[in-house]
Amino acid sequence: MKKYTYTETQDTRSGFGDGMTELGRTNPKVVTLCADLVGSLKTATFIKENPERFFQCGIAEANMMGIAAGLTIGGYIPFPTTFANFGSGRVYDQIRQSIAYSDKNVKIAVSHAGLTLGEDGATHQILEDIAMMRAMPNMTVINPCDYNQTKAATLAVAEHVGPVYLRFGRPKVPIFTDPNQKFEIGKAWHVNEGSDVTIIATGHLVWEAIQAGEVLAEKGISADIVNIHTIKPLDVDAILKSVRKTNCVVTCEEHQMNGGLGDAVAQVLARNYLAPQEYIAVDDSFGESGTPEALMKKYGLSSSDIVEKALKVIQRKQ
Amino acid sequence: MSIQELENIATQVRRDIVRMVHGASSGHPGGSLGCTDLLVALYFQQMKLNNRKGRDGQLSFKMNGENEDIFFLSNGHISPVFYSTLSRRGYFSTEELGTFRQINSRVQGHPTTHEHLPGIRIASGSLGQGMSVAIGTALAKKLNKDERLVYILMGDGEQQEGQVWEAAQFAPHHEVDNLIAFIDLNGQQIDGSTKNVMDNRDLKAKYKAFGWDVIEESQGNDMESVIKVLRKAKRRTGKGKPIMILLNTEMGAGVDFMMGSHKWHGVAPNDEQLETALAQLDSTLEDY
Repeated sequence: MKKYTYTETQDTRSGFGDGMTELGRTNPKVVTLCADLVGSLKTATFIKENPERFFQCGIAEANMMGIAAGLTIGGYIPFPTTFANFGSGRVYDQIRQSIAYSDKNVKIAVSHAGLTLGEDGATHQILEDIAMMRAMPNMTVINPCDYNQTKAATLAVAEHVGPVYLRFGRPKVPIFTDPNQKFEIGKAWHVNEGSDVTIIATGHLVWEAIQAGEVLAEKGISADIVNIHTIKPLDVDAILKSVRKTNCVVTCEEHQMNGGLGDAVAQVLARNYLAPQEYIAVDDSFGESGTPEALMKKYGLSSSDIVEKALKVIQRKQ
Repeated sequence: MSIQELENIATQVRRDIVRMVHGASSGHPGGSLGCTDLLVALYFQQMKLNNRKGRDGQLSFKMNGENEDIFFLSNGHISPVFYSTLSRRGYFSTEELGTFRQINSRVQGHPTTHEHLPGIRIASGSLGQGMSVAIGTALAKKLNKDERLVYILMGDGEQQEGQVWEAAQFAPHHEVDNLIAFIDLNGQQIDGSTKNVMDNRDLKAKYKAFGWDVIEESQGNDMESVIKVLRKAKRRTGKGKPIMILLNTEMGAGVDFMMGSHKWHGVAPNDEQLETALAQLDSTLEDY
């Protein structure tokens, strides 16, 4: 079992911001837009270095999505940025018609996804965005797990042609992935080799899954841990390869149980290879105010919850 | 091209519109007929377009519209006038107009890029989104140091969408002065007159207050007036403000029984009504 450690924590949104800084220097076609949240999205350096390639839209996200679509027609690669709540549900129809259906090369980059937005509470804690975005034809959906992976994903989506929904978060979390990684859209990262249970995780839950794997190892259980950073297109082969070996799976996401990564995996299993599955996800409820840690605990998204579900799903194996 | 020649094309486009909607037994003839003179004036005279032809003899279409003027249709339901104008201008065969709203057609109910119909750059139909897209493309032209213009047509009922006003505040703030917008002021929408459904009140005052250079044109179905107002608007671009033309048109213009009410917003004529309509519109080019 591979051991993961960290010396530093950083927010994933800073990975996005630093990725944008690099893109600003290397790709003259990259432009960014923001709906009055520049500080939160960490794009200040990009804007300072490329003021002509930044468009402040004010608190008007629907217009921002349309303007991004229009910029692609002139050959640009726009990154409209805001909180995940305002870059998905609030503007679903704009994304659907002007971006996805129109096949525009827009990279919707959104921060503060999920419960770990914390104290602002449920109005801002979007937990349905992965479901909405993966239901949309032509949309690529990515939810990276740490600073390094978010930075690498930011660089990768600029190279990819087509609409992308790139989702990241607010709090500082451990940095544990390779700083020099090459991010391959649609390709799972095999975090750890194991044989008793598959743990599939995305976003902030990947670190929790690694910790759960260590606890399980102490109990003599070996977990095969797979990081699905690209929820659509889904790496079906990686999922099946792991589940064929372990014959059971726990899916982990900072999102509603309905329609997210877990359901995407369940669909793969139903169509290809039946195996018991347990979900680490928010069970059909809104969030609330609190610290990220307290919320993750209360809503059942911590490493101890993953351990519990892993033990349960192993019991369900025939 | 003379006014007479443009009017002849407009008459043929009107024939196409009623025949397309009749053929599909669905579609939106009223607003299409009302905006015919504007689209013909734009595409056949006022817009600078790339006139290169491809191997198929049709105009070659480039999505990026580099060094060309670009037109967007936001009120996508008046697709018949858009399709007919594009086809008559040479972007695709007029025969294809006969597939309007049929299965396996590029000529969809509302304009889309999905089937790669030449001339279309964005899907529209869900209202209120087109002006944002047009502004984005106008910004791209500025970044590219491309001095051509972007045109955007919206409906007057469409002004009830909130996104329109988000876009309306953005364009003057960012001095998007390579943009000419139109509102088709025909005073009608599906449920009745705009005045009764949701009064737009003083659109001139509203857009002025938002920082636009607003021009009113009362004769949106008179070719000479349309050409004049387009020339006037073009002269006023590049001065720090986006231009808004409030274009008064008659829904159903050119077909007497379709004029003066909202009833022909989204209704197809039957066989007899088609004959009556076509009797008022001489075929100036050839029917498809």
